[in-house]
Amino acid sequence: MATPKLNPLYKFQFEKAQDAFVLLYPEGMITLNGSAGEIMQMVNGERDVDTIISDLIAKFPGAEGIDKDIHEFLDHAHEKKWIKYVD
Amino acid sequence: MSTKPVLKAYVNNPLWLLAELTYDCPLHCPYCSNPVQMTERKDECDTETWKKVLSEAREMGAVQLGFSGGEPLLRKDLEVLVAHASELGFYTNLITSGIGLTEKRIKGLKEAGLDHIQLSFQAANADENDLIGNKRHSFEQKLAVAKLVKQYDYPMVLNFCLTRQNIDKIDDVLALSCELGGDFVELATVQYYGWAYLNRDHLLPTKAQLETAEATVNAFRNTQGDDEPKFIFVTPDYYETRPKACMNGWATTFLTVTPDGSALPCHSAKILPLTFPNVKESSLEKIWHEDFSFNKFRGLDWLPSPCRDCDEKEKDFGGCRCQAFMLTGDMHKTDPVCDKSPDHHLIQAAIAQSQQPTENLFYRDPKTEIPVHLIQE
Ligand code: SF4
Ligand code: SF4
Repeated sequence: MATPKLNPLYKFQFEKAQDAFVLLYPEGMITLNGSAGEIMQMVNGERDVDTIISDLIAKFPGAEGIDKDIHEFLDHAHEKKWIKYVD
Repeated sequence: MSTKPVLKAYVNNPLWLLAELTYDCPLHCPYCSNPVQMTERKDECDTETWKKVLSEAREMGAVQLGFSGGEPLLRKDLEVLVAHASELGFYTNLITSGIGLTEKRIKGLKEAGLDHIQLSFQAANADENDLIGNKRHSFEQKLAVAKLVKQYDYPMVLNFCLTRQNIDKIDDVLALSCELGGDFVELATVQYYGWAYLNRDHLLPTKAQLETAEATVNAFRNTQGDDEPKFIFVTPDYYETRPKACMNGWATTFLTVTPDGSALPCHSAKILPLTFPNVKESSLEKIWHEDFSFNKFRGLDWLPSPCRDCDEKEKDFGGCRCQAFMLTGDMHKTDPVCDKSPDHHLIQAAIAQSQQPTENLFYRDPKTEIPVHLIQE
């Protein structure tokens, strides 16, 4: 199972002023929305995609269709090169 | 003090702080954007003042921080400032010519938490690079620095300033960028501020040169693999018919602090006939929200005709105040780059004039003339 990790070109942190998680890179910033921020918090190069899904379901038990959202976001993040897959 | 009340809640705080630590530089590029009148070393802000500025900017929500100059490596306290900024949670960018970036310093900066290094080149070969920067062996040093930047795992942005002298060799620039492994590469046609404005007639590429270069870059992009550098081509706005949205709007996003502590809404604003506040005398919060100069061109209410009634005003906010001032003598006017501006002919005249320079080409400080024939095809 694929395990995503942050592309070292980016730095991920919470910004109080934006009230959001952001990705910082040379001279730029991407502001993530609430769910994207939750997913990115799980990306650490150790959790594989299934674990990320089950951990987020445990954290937000009521959320429906959450696995689809997670796959969609990770695809997007991969395409944008925010994340890489360890294997 | 402001002339009209600005509701604080509606004013965005700065996201970007550009800390120009010193104007001093081992190189003397004729296209340098530093002011022609440069602050002397003895009048530079001290370490404590800079730390205060960084803390206040971060408190306001700024997140991107550029250490720039001149050459910021000439400041011995750079590592201390980077460490402070990093602790505050800034994303720290070092914008450097690479001269003086030894392994010891690159390691020290990494330990201090520096996030990224932007390395500038004057050309893609030693002869021209060293001639344009007016320093022998600087190309060699830059190559060594690029290796170190990679070795110490920094994201690396390469910056090439393109002028009439070097733009035809864009192929070499693309090849060198790939060889060095830049993550992003800025191919920045020089913008005409500071020394570059003084030397504009020599530096402005012709439209044909520009089009060829841009086509070359576009063609190259199509052949690129996934892990190769991302090229960003910046055209000079002289050949455009709409101005750039300068600084994303006056005092909306960017804040520059110059070596002597002047706070500016853009790094070249010091040339304007306005009195700018100093960080030694006031807090950034007060400067940003209350200073006359910061409120002067904020928003759209101040716009002159024809911008006032133009449906594109939210796109470009009437363009660049410095360019309006340099070309028309009046900072309140529409940026003459816009072809709706009654002053647009000034841009056309500047382009025509650049075909036959009447002045000599000068290096930035000391004022030495450059043997132009050496760097022209
Ligand atoms: S443009 Fe050249 S002279 Fe000016 S600061 Fe950069 S390296 Fe130094
Ligand atoms: S007239 Fe003013 S607002 Fe309209 S496009 Fe030109 S510069 Fe922009």
